[in-house]
Amino acid sequence: MATKFVIEGLKAEIEGKEILKGIDLEMKGGEIHAIMGPNGTGKSTLASALMGHPKYEVTAGSATLNDEDLLDMSVDERALAGLFLAMQYPSEIAGVTNSDFLRSAINARRGEGNEISLIKFIRQMEKSMKGLEMNPEFAHRYLNEGFSGGEKKRNEILQMMLLDPKIVVLDEVDSGLDIDALRIVANGVNQMRSEDRGFLIITHYQRLLNYITPDFVHVMMQGRIVKSGGPELAARLEQDGYDWIKEELGITDETVGQEQEA
Amino acid sequence: MTLQTILPVQAAQIKEWAEARGEAAWVTEHRLQALEAAPSLELPKPEKTKLDRWNLSAYGTFKAAEAVGQGTLPAAAKDLIDEGAHNLIVQLNSGVVHTVLSEELSAQGVIFTDLETATREHEDLVKKHFGSAVKPGEHQVSALHYAAWNGGVFLYVPKNVELEAPLQAVFLSDDASASFAPHILIVADTNSRVTYVDSYVSAGLAGEVLHNGVVEVIALDGAKVQYATVHQFGKEVTDISFRRALLSNDSSIEWIVGEMNDGDTATDTATVLNGSGTNSDAKIIAIGSGSQKLNYTTRAVHFGKSSESDMFTRAVMREEAQAIINGITKIEHGATKANGQQAEKVLMLSPAARGDANPILLIDEDDVMAGHAASVGKVNPEQIYYLMSRGISKPEAERLIIYGFLAPIIAEIPLELLRTRLQRVVERKLGQ
Repeated sequence: MATKFVIEGLKAEIEGKEILKGIDLEMKGGEIHAIMGPNGTGKSTLASALMGHPKYEVTAGSATLNDEDLLDMSVDERALAGLFLAMQYPSEIAGVTNSDFLRSAINARRGEGNEISLIKFIRQMEKSMKGLEMNPEFAHRYLNEGFSGGEKKRNEILQMMLLDPKIVVLDEVDSGLDIDALRIVANGVNQMRSEDRGFLIITHYQRLLNYITPDFVHVMMQGRIVKSGGPELAARLEQDGYDWIKEELGITDETVGQEQEA
Repeated sequence: MTLQTILPVQAAQIKEWAEARGEAAWVTEHRLQALEAAPSLELPKPEKTKLDRWNLSAYGTFKAAEAVGQGTLPAAAKDLIDEGAHNLIVQLNSGVVHTVLSEELSAQGVIFTDLETATREHEDLVKKHFGSAVKPGEHQVSALHYAAWNGGVFLYVPKNVELEAPLQAVFLSDDASASFAPHILIVADTNSRVTYVDSYVSAGLAGEVLHNGVVEVIALDGAKVQYATVHQFGKEVTDISFRRALLSNDSSIEWIVGEMNDGDTATDTATVLNGSGTNSDAKIIAIGSGSQKLNYTTRAVHFGKSSESDMFTRAVMREEAQAIINGITKIEHGATKANGQQAEKVLMLSPAARGDANPILLIDEDDVMAGHAASVGKVNPEQIYYLMSRGISKPEAERLIIYGFLAPIIAEIPLELLRTRLQRVVERKLGQ
């Protein structure tokens, strides 16, 4: 079945404060969507709410992946259904090696009695690490512990490659990356492009989109998608910034909670 | 107290046991002296724990042990031993029942025997060091230990002898009426090097047992000693253990301790850094469960210049376990350039459990470095979320995080078999 990811009227709050004010978005396998917008407009909240971060509460709306209701699922069930979130700030977990963690994650998909053989796992991991120009030693390091910002982001992409998800959300994966790391991360994403996989790239810089060409670009302000277009929209944002959109829409402060009451 | 204390051990018993063993007169005399002092001594006072309500009276009676081959050892002991172990001592209840020392080590002058035998065959060496690190007169529990000790290990490594493979001992209590008070004495002579690993275990006990154990490590100049121990007594055993190393110039001790008992436990793992350039490293992992009362104390006492100590305790508390975790770094006046560091971390898995991390620095010298870190916390929900976001179930995520918390110390256990066994004990203690 072709991958179909649909978000309708999604509202979410954190500690009683509403951040997402109704998000509508539809994605199909093979498509790359970019969500852009200045800081504080709810982009990362969208990513966290979709994955099921315990601090965010969804108050209205739906999100379905191939007609399965994601919001009804626990975090691990969403992952098993095919959702993957490359996080902006991945957790560090001491004492758990990267490879033990990856193998547990792969085996969670395969189920008991069908675990991946150690040799096959190592082969897959080493191949993907090579593609991401990661030092093989990182397989035996504790998960994200003492990793630099760039190493953490590469490690997120490594996980994405090994877990083979249907919908990939990249939350500010470009922040803190130098140009080389950016290119490597983008290569990893481009390699994973396929007809059954959709990407949702959250960023506030256009530069990542120089390496990964989106099919659709959406601009978020005040917890809503306020404008959508094609790749040319990203190019215009790079050139002119966000002010022209604010003017067009009569917004003075784009951050959540600053909108004028109707 | 002015009341006459009624001791759980009597002089008449000690004489009777000594006779049964054919014990050397000086040893029996040493016991009786310790016993005589006991009534006037107080119970030990570990920080923040009162031992006066603990059951410290289940000494049992001495039961002579008969030597057995490795094949006929009880399963609980056999399980902890590699087949064909070359250097091994096994104590069953009141006495050592199995001793193996390879010809290779014996030819190098290594002594590895039960302490009772050593008092007869190596009187001078034993006399010189026995009771020098943990003294009989420190408190009532040590006095009673020196009155009632049995079996035990004496390990002597001669000057310049460096041993690669670990020597091993197993202490098993499976008869609740039998006295169980092993004493470990390790003497590492100048520039020698040795690793010693032991396990304490109980099986099928029909009543309560007190394990009143003492470990003494004497490291002479330049000696390096690694001591790994795992205690996994059942709930019938109250475990009081004093472990102490005395370090001469440029010597070092590494303690690796697994506190996995199911019964009440108070242990004190200490290093006295007498010499200059000495180094002490203590790593302890502990899991508390059920309604255990626990006190884990690590101590480093610096006298020597440029002496360094590290203490690192990680404890996981479940159910209603109550633990006090003390780290005491004491730097004496004159111990210039000393460096004492400690960290205690406690992971709480239940709201009814208690884990107090209690770091104490006592510094009487200006020109030193000292540091401590202590933390008590629950499993971090962000970490659980992160692991779950990769498809890992919640119980599996928690398991990974708890194991990860303990892993850095488990990895240090120098005997593979014991490491695997410890992992199994950890699983059992965590209820998995």
